[in-house]
Amino acid sequence: MSTYDHDELAAARPDFAAIAAWIPQGASVLDLGCGDGSLLRYLQEMRAVRGYGVEISDVDVAACLRNGVNVIQGDLDTGLSGFETGAFDFVILSQTLQAIRHTEALLREMLRVGREGIVSFPNFGYWKNRLHILRGHMPVSEALPYQWYDTPNVHLCTLQDFEGFCAEHRMRILDRRVMTAGGEVGAFPNLLGSTAVYRLRDAA
Amino acid sequence: MQVADSVGIVSAQRAIFDTPLEFSSGAVLPRYELVYETYGALNAERSNAILVCHALSGHHHVAGYYADDPKNVGWWDNMIGPGKPIDTDRFFVVGVNNLGGCHGSTGPASIDRQTGKPYGSRFPVVTVEDWVASQARLADLLGIRQFAAVVGGSLGGMQALQWSLSYPERVRHVLAIATAPRLTAENIAFNDVARNAILTDPDFYGGDFYEHGVVPRRGLRLARMLGHITYLSDDAMADKFGRSLRSGKLAYGYGVEFEIESYLRYQGDKFANYFDANTYLLMTKALDYFDPSRAHDDDLNKAFAAARADFLVLSFTTDWRFSPERSRAIVRALLHNRRKVSYAEITSTHGHDSFLMQHAHYHEVMRSYLDRIAKEAAA
Repeated sequence: MSTYDHDELAAARPDFAAIAAWIPQGASVLDLGCGDGSLLRYLQEMRAVRGYGVEISDVDVAACLRNGVNVIQGDLDTGLSGFETGAFDFVILSQTLQAIRHTEALLREMLRVGREGIVSFPNFGYWKNRLHILRGHMPVSEALPYQWYDTPNVHLCTLQDFEGFCAEHRMRILDRRVMTAGGEVGAFPNLLGSTAVYRLRDAA
Repeated sequence: MQVADSVGIVSAQRAIFDTPLEFSSGAVLPRYELVYETYGALNAERSNAILVCHALSGHHHVAGYYADDPKNVGWWDNMIGPGKPIDTDRFFVVGVNNLGGCHGSTGPASIDRQTGKPYGSRFPVVTVEDWVASQARLADLLGIRQFAAVVGGSLGGMQALQWSLSYPERVRHVLAIATAPRLTAENIAFNDVARNAILTDPDFYGGDFYEHGVVPRRGLRLARMLGHITYLSDDAMADKFGRSLRSGKLAYGYGVEFEIESYLRYQGDKFANYFDANTYLLMTKALDYFDPSRAHDDDLNKAFAAARADFLVLSFTTDWRFSPERSRAIVRALLHNRRKVSYAEITSTHGHDSFLMQHAHYHEVMRSYLDRIAKEAAA
């Protein structure tokens, strides 16, 4: 029995629904930086996934246990050596990319451990963010809620930046969803999209 | 003495087993007794039982206190009781003194009916597997077909793990705390030094000291002092004792000068007064021998293939005797076997002993996981 309202959660986190749409019933999933386990719980209930989360924060680890989500406490910046190659159908990095120090190493590890990677992140190229910069300030918004001096984010990027990175590092983008306030964005995604979700696989 | 979250007055019970138990070594004990305590009530479905396995110096008195000895509080009373993480309002908790122990269960100091004398050196070496087999018989006696959880720290954690391998269908959750899938060479080395302290004590008499009316006190004391050092952390010792001198100045002699010396000797003496030397030997040997991978080409992944339980594995950052890396090895093997497993690395300054301590986050993790188990058991 769920205490969650799935519609409400999907509205609050549009990337959840986008991610769930790509994941078939019964898949195995590793969620990196899983927070309180909301996404995994959502996927368990919507897709009956066999899921595990990785999380560094004590408070979130306890929250995952309460949420009935398997969680392995660990630091993503020290890699995924505890996970075997090809152990998961999907490895998810949801709204965590921007807080990772060793971006390339972790994305490589994701695509080693999982058949496919799913990455979602706030688009720094979103027009509202650009407007903040034009006005002379670092953006602070719902997707980027932190002040410059007090943020876990160290590697913010735009859609173009991320796609360039993937091409350069031989990571093939299989699919992409761009969203703003829960709605799908079609034209000018790098300008009009506040959040993007990508499906990747190792092209090597 | 009545405290709101204590299970209150408890009393030990005794189970007698007349069916011979064959040990891993091939030795057979024709008859044995186990002392145990239970707290809370077994529900109608018998689905809410939790077995608590003890570590080297532990026993069946896990929570509460005795009517005639109110100061004798169970060794894990901070974890077990009404409203505590192992909530006796929801779970039926069983604590047992292991075979070979010295707190009432059949052990080296017990009288061997065949000779009329204490077993002493003739008491068989017991393994973790043997303990689990004897605990399963106690479960039969209590009408528990399947435990909601088997919980233990250190050597107790090894028993909890072994439960999932010896009786995969009889345990739904394993909570393995500050433990290891097998000891490292360094860890065995510590045990060997401790055993040597006892074995070389002239009062040990090859294990048959009972007949001589003596106790190998010096050996036990040294063994405990050594063990105690490894259960603490450098930081914890520095915080608690530092370089403090008892008299405030150097005496230029070999007596007790530093506070840490005084503390260790006190701990050693206290231990030597109540613990049995043969039990100490046997417990450390069980630690050394535990290695489920041994029968599987040293492959822990294969060893855990038999497991069916869900797991919570916990370690403590400053525990160097059973380090977090040892717990992570357990987690890796469980992930390989697609078991449901969660792992938390608790930040604590108290070294291996952390698992016995009151610690808000540690207890919150236990509570969160056990809360789920309780809901399952009630469903």
